[in-house]
Amino acid sequence: MSGRVLVGVKRVIDYAVKIRVKPDNSGVVTDGVKHSMNPFCEIAVEEAVKLKEKKLIKEVVAVSCGPQQAQETIRTALAMGADRGIHVEVSGKDYETLGPLHVSKILAALAKKEEAQLVILGKQAIDDDCNQTGQMTAALLDWPQGTFASEVSLEGDKIKVVREIDGGLETIKINTPAVLTADLRLNTPRYATLPNIMKAKKKKIANVKPADLGVELTSRLEVLRVDEPPQRLAGIKVETVGDLVSKLKETGKI
Amino acid sequence: MVFGLTLKRFVLQQRNFRHYSTSVCQDGVLSAFRSICGDDGVLLCDAVREQHGRDESVHRCFPPDVVLFPRCVEEVSALAKLCHRHRFPIIPFGTGTGLEGGVSAVKGGACLSLRNMDQVLDLHQEDFDVTVEPGVTRKTLNVFLRETGLWFPVDPGADASLCGMAATSASGTNAVRYGTMRENVLNLEVVLSDGTVVHTAGRGRRARKTAAGYNLTNLFVGSEGTLGVITKTTLRLYGIPEAVVSAVCSFPSVQDAVDSTVQILQAGVPIARIEFLDDVMIDACNRFSRLSYPVTPTLFLEFHGSQHSLEEQVNTTEEIAQSNHGSDFLWAQDTESRERLWKARHDAWYAALSLRPGCKAYATDVCVPLSRLPQIIKETKEDLIESRLTGPIAGHVGDGNFHCLLVVDPDDPEELHRLHLFTDRLARRALAMDGTCTGEHGVGLGKRALLCEEVGPAAVQLMQRVKDMLDPLHLMNPGKILQPRQTDDVTVMMS
Repeated sequence: MSGRVLVGVKRVIDYAVKIRVKPDNSGVVTDGVKHSMNPFCEIAVEEAVKLKEKKLIKEVVAVSCGPQQAQETIRTALAMGADRGIHVEVSGKDYETLGPLHVSKILAALAKKEEAQLVILGKQAIDDDCNQTGQMTAALLDWPQGTFASEVSLEGDKIKVVREIDGGLETIKINTPAVLTADLRLNTPRYATLPNIMKAKKKKIANVKPADLGVELTSRLEVLRVDEPPQRLAGIKVETVGDLVSKLKETGKI
Repeated sequence: MVFGLTLKRFVLQQRNFRHYSTSVCQDGVLSAFRSICGDDGVLLCDAVREQHGRDESVHRCFPPDVVLFPRCVEEVSALAKLCHRHRFPIIPFGTGTGLEGGVSAVKGGACLSLRNMDQVLDLHQEDFDVTVEPGVTRKTLNVFLRETGLWFPVDPGADASLCGMAATSASGTNAVRYGTMRENVLNLEVVLSDGTVVHTAGRGRRARKTAAGYNLTNLFVGSEGTLGVITKTTLRLYGIPEAVVSAVCSFPSVQDAVDSTVQILQAGVPIARIEFLDDVMIDACNRFSRLSYPVTPTLFLEFHGSQHSLEEQVNTTEEIAQSNHGSDFLWAQDTESRERLWKARHDAWYAALSLRPGCKAYATDVCVPLSRLPQIIKETKEDLIESRLTGPIAGHVGDGNFHCLLVVDPDDPEELHRLHLFTDRLARRALAMDGTCTGEHGVGLGKRALLCEEVGPAAVQLMQRVKDMLDPLHLMNPGKILQPRQTDDVTVMMS
């Protein structure tokens, strides 16, 4: 086993930013808006780095698909402890329509090329909330998947994963190589410290094009319109239960 | 008391000299406010006014007459000009997390809630500085900074507005290593009572040190809204520590714990946090958080540094603790274990409250030179027993600052009376030991008399002159820090 872990990191609008829809409803405003690493990807990187610190794996490779700025996200992963990065260059119209299926194909190709033992991703991105990339990547590779992981332990050539599911927690054991997706309680990601940020500047980031990996980026989906959720209106106070019932009838609720 | 206040207001309306306008509706003031902040920015409903007339102290709510929500410094300036013209008091409001009644509108007036001015401006990573608006809280800033390797370490516990922290000269558990707001504010943008906008160190200036002119920045730090409204603050940032180790150590006596603290500092250990919990506090924490720390004075410690320097720091500290009869160290390095170890300290407030459900808590805040700490804690604990008050102690011993968390029944006037006498005695005890009556919480409403005792008449008069000069109409947060004078109040008329 190569002892190599591939971690996918996505550059998204920072979770603390107030999202605004573009006036033409074609999307959200991204120009001049603060971006950072998707929080679930931070958890994924942290888990990979922890495995390396426990000497259970040898190398952590951070991957991001996007325009030039995606390199900043890779640098953050490097500052958290990843060893090297791969920047898959996607920009312009291709980037606007880039979706989970494309990214899965890219990650699957890279996982094979890098002979990865493990692919760790965040369970979903906070901009599209798709929660598909991990599952699709595993399917394309025909590898087992441990999604919504809240606990991961390597046991020889198998992995024990505790998953967060609706009914509680489910524990599974899967073979390696495998794909894992990180859920919120998997760990608390470290903050990058200044010395590590300085060191990260010297780590290598390779540039790759999707075509080099045999991946085509045409999209089968078209976004028609983006709208804000309806404005929440003030409530009205009523004096009696009778009033309440008639108001509910008036507004067609009952 | 309440009757007196109502009568005062009525009589005040009749006077021309420094009279306060108590009617919002007069002279079309409301519509003028609306033309500045928009209709959404002027709120009169009871719920919002009450929310903005109280903080997290035990002082009762004094709601303002109106709550305004300016969106930029130009609006703050226009509002100040308007209030100045109509003799309307102004109370700046950040997050309402203060502990001394600083936002109480004791004379009514307009509360300026600055929460809509919430941008982090001008981050300079290589220069370790950032400028923020009043709506930015310390946790928000640190989340914003998380990918830069920088942080703002002043941590008063609450998720307070940074400009509000500047206004109250806030401090926290990290002060022993990183200082308080006084040491970490480089520049302020302030709106004065007449609407003038001032940059205390010059617009955009962020030199790490300066010898240029009077230190206006630190005049406003700690002024609790009585000299101007802070609309921007430029802060000094620090590198996030490479590694953090937490430790807990128990001692047979308060003296041993404090002696250790003094020796640790003298040994040059750059300790980041050194917190003291007395036996009563530990007992409360054990019960509340289901822990089993030995019920005896305890130190909670935190070390920041590189892996190497941490080993050295921890070894030196352990030796010192053991030479002072300290127990073996319990220590932890990864985030989750550290949080478990420090849980007792984090939950102290709630643990104290849970000792007497249904009661409220009041925190004292005295600060004395380190060498006097064992004596003052000993005398205070004796006083607590004699006064039959519940008061677990938690403190930032590295600064000589400790808090007695007094848990009292708010409906028991006799107990409240004992509490009042106790806190006065405690403050005077600290003053007698060359200390201060307030290490971090500020003067606000409750410590005005103590301030006079602490700094003396000459200094108080100087403060009074500064106040008169910057706010001649006495509109800026009336009733705080300085005691009202005969020309403000109608004590003359009443007697």
